[in-house]
Amino acid sequence: MDSEGLHLNIDYVGSSGIILSPEQKAALQTSLVILKNSGKFHRVYFWGKILGVKDDYFIAQGVGRDEMENRKTFYSKDCVHWGLLPPATKAMREQSKLAQGRFTGDPSYEFEHTEQKKSEDGEEAGEEETKSKMRFSTATGELEGLNETTITIKEEDRLSSVIAEIDEDVKIVPRSAFIKTPDGKINANRSFEGLSVSESAKLCSYMHFRDAICLQEKSLLQKANLDKAIDFMDTLEEDIPKGSWSLQFERGSGLVTLRSLLWLGYVFYHVPGTHMYGSCYVGNGEKNLDLPFML
Amino acid sequence: MTDVNMELNINPKEQQFISAKSYLLTASTDTGLNLYDHLSRVLTKVLDERPNNVVDIFEDVSKDSKRSKFTSDVDTVRDKLDQSTEVALAKVQEKLFAKEGGEDNEPEESEELETPLPNIMELCFFFEQAGIGLNREEMIRVWLALKNLVDTHALSHVRFWGKMFGTEQNYYIAEVEYRDGDEEEEEEEEPEEQQEEEATDKDGDEEGEEEQEEDDTPKPDFKPPPEIPKEENKTGTNKKTYFVCNDPGKPWTKLPAVTPAQIQSARLIKKFFTGRLDAPVVSYPPFPGNEINYLRAQIARISAGTHVSPMGFYQFEEDEEEVDDEDEEEEREEPDEPEPEVGPPLLTPLSEDAEIGNLPPWTPKVSSKLIPQYAISVLQSNLWPGAHAFAAGKKFENVYIGYGHKYNMDNYNPPQTAPIQEEFPSGPEITEAEDPTVEEENALRNAQQEAAEAAEEMEEAEEEEDDEDN
Repeated sequence: MDSEGLHLNIDYVGSSGIILSPEQKAALQTSLVILKNSGKFHRVYFWGKILGVKDDYFIAQGVGRDEMENRKTFYSKDCVHWGLLPPATKAMREQSKLAQGRFTGDPSYEFEHTEQKKSEDGEEAGEEETKSKMRFSTATGELEGLNETTITIKEEDRLSSVIAEIDEDVKIVPRSAFIKTPDGKINANRSFEGLSVSESAKLCSYMHFRDAICLQEKSLLQKANLDKAIDFMDTLEEDIPKGSWSLQFERGSGLVTLRSLLWLGYVFYHVPGTHMYGSCYVGNGEKNLDLPFML
Repeated sequence: MTDVNMELNINPKEQQFISAKSYLLTASTDTGLNLYDHLSRVLTKVLDERPNNVVDIFEDVSKDSKRSKFTSDVDTVRDKLDQSTEVALAKVQEKLFAKEGGEDNEPEESEELETPLPNIMELCFFFEQAGIGLNREEMIRVWLALKNLVDTHALSHVRFWGKMFGTEQNYYIAEVEYRDGDEEEEEEEEPEEQQEEEATDKDGDEEGEEEQEEDDTPKPDFKPPPEIPKEENKTGTNKKTYFVCNDPGKPWTKLPAVTPAQIQSARLIKKFFTGRLDAPVVSYPPFPGNEINYLRAQIARISAGTHVSPMGFYQFEEDEEEVDDEDEEEEREEPDEPEPEVGPPLLTPLSEDAEIGNLPPWTPKVSSKLIPQYAISVLQSNLWPGAHAFAAGKKFENVYIGYGHKYNMDNYNPPQTAPIQEEFPSGPEITEAEDPTVEEENALRNAQQEAAEAAEEMEEAEEEEDDEDN
């Protein structure tokens, strides 16, 4: 959510159990202003918190004019000093998926991941058995001829990858909050007045804030109704599995809250009829892979 | 036209102006608007409001102005729809704020009665310091709803247990203890397992009738697990009663007591709550009950696993009637015979909690590192994410805010289905054999005839021999 007015906006997600202590709010207000100034960002967003075992990380993102392109992510443990996170490359993200378990809270911690490659036949050379962090005992005779390679993943890298993954999977904005200009840039829509109550009850009024994946596969008939300047992102209706979003109205129809069931802890709020909206993630940083069983 | 103008002494410049203006005033054949009026309206709006960088949003202003010309001001249907939900909820919540009785009577009575209501605002302050809980306005509404609960039921103890999220609606849960002697009796229902047993026996009988043989039909191997006796009312997991509501202000529903079978099943499944208490829980193994029972079972598990108190706060009294708060239950595999499950004894220190993998079960924190003198200590559970506790001096409290599921390092694996039951054991009586062909039958008959003839000849030969002998 926007860092300006953080102390007001955090109230909107309070009903999902996300609150900041007054001390944290005060520290954030000060430090985010400094961050905005020093990084010369157009806007700074308070992205959320990732809870570790020993300590939590506060995450902030600074964006330039084009909000999809220039995003820099910062993390902090005490809401005062912010450190820049390395941008997540594809290789980093693949590796980070192998690290399992909670974040520890120590950014220099390294997860170990052991991979075993069978080097016997040509067919099996491609097979990899990935074991988790606990190494299986070498008492089994099958391990003869296996090479073990240990990959270490730094917690910082994992943090950056998880944040990138969450942004790609569940970061949403209301429809027509962003406009694509003819030269391809994406700007905030200055005349966005909010969704109406009936519109905000439908999942198709919310869109993933990322490059469109499913858009090209739509039929021409469906595309004919779309407005190119507004509908350049995927809507929530195409999300699989269906029902992975929980849409609820608080305060009657005064506030609409969307909670993601895929990444437990991601909350998006919008006040229908106004341009107030925002999102926040407070959680473990682990994807809920049991989702299909739970619905 | 030009002749007329010439006659009126209008110079060419003015004439161009007039023709331009009349062009602008031509009404569009589609919409009936004309550009002149539209532009003047837009410019008036811009000059009135003076937004920043108006040239960037000029098209939008123009579009809005066109759009507003067509929507009628009187739009009764839409207005009614928008206001109804918000107003309805607000009215429900307004009742929370209504005071009962006259103000004169109240002070005297309230001094005498000890109110079982906790001081939620104080707790809310501590929760906020710790960074857990719900926001203040919501806590106030919950508090008033609890007060409603206290007024309508005779309770000795009330506590805000927490909030469970559901996909459609959420649950606010209150933990209460009834005053002695004022309990409401609960109806006992026949255990469902007995009915299951009867049903399977019936199936066996039907098979027997169809077979019409004297062989025993194979009895189904399925023995329903022995019925676990329910705990006595008001003890163990059912010591406290729970009430839920979907929103503060809506009526409170009492949750039924939880049975051990439900807790066992709840351990094996992982489902989201929908927010409707009567929703069925579709799962494998089938959960005995609806969402209302599943909710109660999860509440029982969470309470048993995460209700903590500062060391030394509670003591065992000699008569042991006032022992409060159960602590952890260690998860054990169920033995085949129903031995009663025993967790660690009450008031076990947290340091003896089992670790999850290599994860400590609790994360302790301090609320403020900058001002440690007044900081409060906060505990977060790693086993049940969402369970928090704080302690500040003598005050402490537990709360749960979350989805109601345990933390699992690996993914959830649904339990294996039972092996397929054996059909009727195969044996010679029911093994199929091919019918003999006509040739085989003839051959058999011939062979039998020959054997019979041979036997007759033998007999005749013997008789002849006998005769000859005689």
